[in-house]
Amino acid sequence: MCIYFKCVEICAFHVPIRKMTNNIEQGCPNVALRPVFGGPQVHLLELLRRTALHGESNSVLLVGPRGAGKTMLLKSVLKELLKEKDVNKTLMQVHLNGLLQTDDKIALKEITRQLHLENVVGDKVFGSFAENLAFLLEALKKGDRSSSRPVLFLLDEFDLFVHHKNQTLLYNLFDVSQSAQAPIAVVGLTCRLDVLELLEKRVKSRFSHRQIHLLSGATFPDYVQRVQSKLWLPEQFPDQRFAHEWNNSALCEDKSVEDALQRHFNSSKDFRSLHVLLMLCLSRVTVAKPCIKPADVLEASRVCFADAKANMLHGLSILELCLIIAMKHLNDVYEGEPFNLQMVHNEFKKFLQRKSSTIYHFEPAVVMKAFEHLQQLELIRPLDSPGARTQREFQLMRLLLDTSQIMEALQKYPQCPTDVKQWAMNLQLNWL
Amino acid sequence: MTGPLQHPGYDEEKLRKIAELLPCREVQAELLLSLMGQHRSYPAIFIYGHRASGKSHTINMIMKELELPHVMVSCVECLSVALLFEQVLLSFFGADAAALLPRGPSLSDFVRIYRQQCSDSPAKQTRYIVSAKCLSAAFSANNGISPCFAQVEDNVSVILLSEIVWDKFRPNTGCFEPLLLHFSDYSKGELQQILSKDRHPSYSAEFYSSYINILLGVFYSVCRDLRELRHLAALNFSKFCEPLEEGKAKESDTHKLWRNIEPHLKKAMRTVYLREVSSLQWEKMQEMEEKEAGAVRGLSAHTHVELPYYSKFLLIAAYLASYNPARTDKRFFVKHHGKIKKTNFLKKNEKTSNHLLGPKPFPLDRMLAIFHSVVDSRVAPSASIFSQISSLVTLQLLNQASHDDQLDAPKYKCAVSMDFICAISRTVNFDIVKYLYDFL
Repeated sequence: MCIYFKCVEICAFHVPIRKMTNNIEQGCPNVALRPVFGGPQVHLLELLRRTALHGESNSVLLVGPRGAGKTMLLKSVLKELLKEKDVNKTLMQVHLNGLLQTDDKIALKEITRQLHLENVVGDKVFGSFAENLAFLLEALKKGDRSSSRPVLFLLDEFDLFVHHKNQTLLYNLFDVSQSAQAPIAVVGLTCRLDVLELLEKRVKSRFSHRQIHLLSGATFPDYVQRVQSKLWLPEQFPDQRFAHEWNNSALCEDKSVEDALQRHFNSSKDFRSLHVLLMLCLSRVTVAKPCIKPADVLEASRVCFADAKANMLHGLSILELCLIIAMKHLNDVYEGEPFNLQMVHNEFKKFLQRKSSTIYHFEPAVVMKAFEHLQQLELIRPLDSPGARTQREFQLMRLLLDTSQIMEALQKYPQCPTDVKQWAMNLQLNWL
Repeated sequence: MTGPLQHPGYDEEKLRKIAELLPCREVQAELLLSLMGQHRSYPAIFIYGHRASGKSHTINMIMKELELPHVMVSCVECLSVALLFEQVLLSFFGADAAALLPRGPSLSDFVRIYRQQCSDSPAKQTRYIVSAKCLSAAFSANNGISPCFAQVEDNVSVILLSEIVWDKFRPNTGCFEPLLLHFSDYSKGELQQILSKDRHPSYSAEFYSSYINILLGVFYSVCRDLRELRHLAALNFSKFCEPLEEGKAKESDTHKLWRNIEPHLKKAMRTVYLREVSSLQWEKMQEMEEKEAGAVRGLSAHTHVELPYYSKFLLIAAYLASYNPARTDKRFFVKHHGKIKKTNFLKKNEKTSNHLLGPKPFPLDRMLAIFHSVVDSRVAPSASIFSQISSLVTLQLLNQASHDDQLDAPKYKCAVSMDFICAISRTVNFDIVKYLYDFL
């Protein structure tokens, strides 16, 4: 009996994680959750079908913030498109990614490879990019040389292709799409709204200026709905009783949970950050405690919103913390002008003179080592490059922390000596 | 965290071993184990925390004990992306796959070969790429393994370890945001617990933990790095046990032992901690009797820089030229300077004190003028004086502040610290503090 329950628990424990990660990576298997694209989907499908079946060349840009569903839309449209037999036989796809193909030469090699034309190209040397591309498209013509096969160019991270030299790839692709050489469709996916400003004039004029914007109009109730549906176990789950209990314990009725979700919704609507939150919640589910409680959500929310720099400040030694406080005072007095180690050390020495405690008297070299440690943590940054000819003690730096972050970190610092705390707070009284 | 690691998917024995190897890191290990599902894992995880806070150690132990397919690359070691790619392919698919990489591979080549190999040998479990010691400059320049890789590729998880926060790594237009995990620093109690683990077998545990207590008392306010503290603990333990071996004290005489070791630890802070002295020199010095051991000669000791007589005066003149404003030269160096209006002269601001801002460049003529007034005897300006100036530049005690092409009016800056110049002026019986404007 116990073994049976244990097995069930083991099985039950892993499915949510898998379900979550499945959802993240493959798009929503749950059809009810799939965002209804409606207009954009129909529009894109029509465009691509015209290229595939009627030999019309097109170019379009899909613009939307990260996590809006651009790749998902494209995948569903392609799936829909490839259902038709004619399209399936003749259409060729070339998938390029701005992060991988960082150069036009690399992009061209990748295009050759994806069109399976490496043997045809062989060792030929081409004079220009345009020649090469024309040769590739020519080679795709069918046996009777009547018409060329339609090619679909899908450019992920389109805004990165814009930074290549002379934008040759884009120029040539759009050029082919405008002239009647071969039927191609160029679909670019990007997260930058101002991507058109980045295009050169000659490239922009060849682009059809067709843009599809994907902006999420989700409201807070939709958001809560999504949370619930993400966490629910589907009907196909083997242990129905467990699934029933799990679904009932879904916690969106709790006020504190709702506040936490509202806070997340207010900072970002996209679903990737929601996934992070839910992932952290799920990681607190164990065999001993097989359900999610509101406390889990609150804890996960706290972890998500934690200030990373304040966390790092928590682990500094006392000497380093004193140096940070001295820098804060210098910033207050001199209104944000850059400082160097000598000034910081001087300020620290003034504090020591007032307090006359001998525990903090360190050699200058020890103080230098602490200062360098802060530099390695990138809490302070030199103004100019380190190759400059100034000595290390006199190199000007800036503090990359805010006063509120420092004061908050001081409150949480373990066993902070009271005179250090007072020094941080009582600048005005002691300075005169 | 009470109780051992619990996870239904893995063998209990292995989990217990992991818990033993990771003291004070059970919470983090538990979280990692639950995030790394059995078959699929979150595609990108970013772990940040201070150095020596156990990040690589935890991941390493978990991966090794549970035998998950992984590769550990260190961004500091991989000077170019090619090395990184090679290591990854070698670990996952063997040397043949690594040989397929062309010369000067790009990320595109790497992804292509990776996908090919994946389709040949599909993995049932997620493969992990752990990238340790990520530095933000290298990250953006090299474009090495980043969360984007996890998005492009299926069934692989990228774990980035760094002591710099994620905000510095994020590219301008954003990317796939990884899950951020913080490995908090060890508290004083936890440090004590971990350091007491490598105790010497011939002494009792309480004895060693009292030693660690003393060590932490001296060093905790300066350094919390576990690696440094372990190094210091190992180096100084023999000195701590000395009174015991000589029979002067027993294990329980904590006060005597403390009195013996404390000045020694303070000296260690000035030398070994700063790497002025190598650990070998330190150990030798400990073995020698106290009477024989002189001052430990550190790297920046003044004594072994022996300059000729005139060079010392040239250096002093350079220091005075760098740190005194030009208008004050008349008052210091001219024999009968007459009346100088005090108000203008003494107007100095703490902020503009040259000792805080750094040395200023000065023309060669000014330095020679000061030199001639500072040196007692009459010195003819000959080639030997000028050649000493160039050797000071080679020794990097002076820096050339003008361009190499300017031959008629070269400018220099003095690059030595106050302590150094005070030591030098003491050897020639020259009171430099009297001549410095900042100390008037």
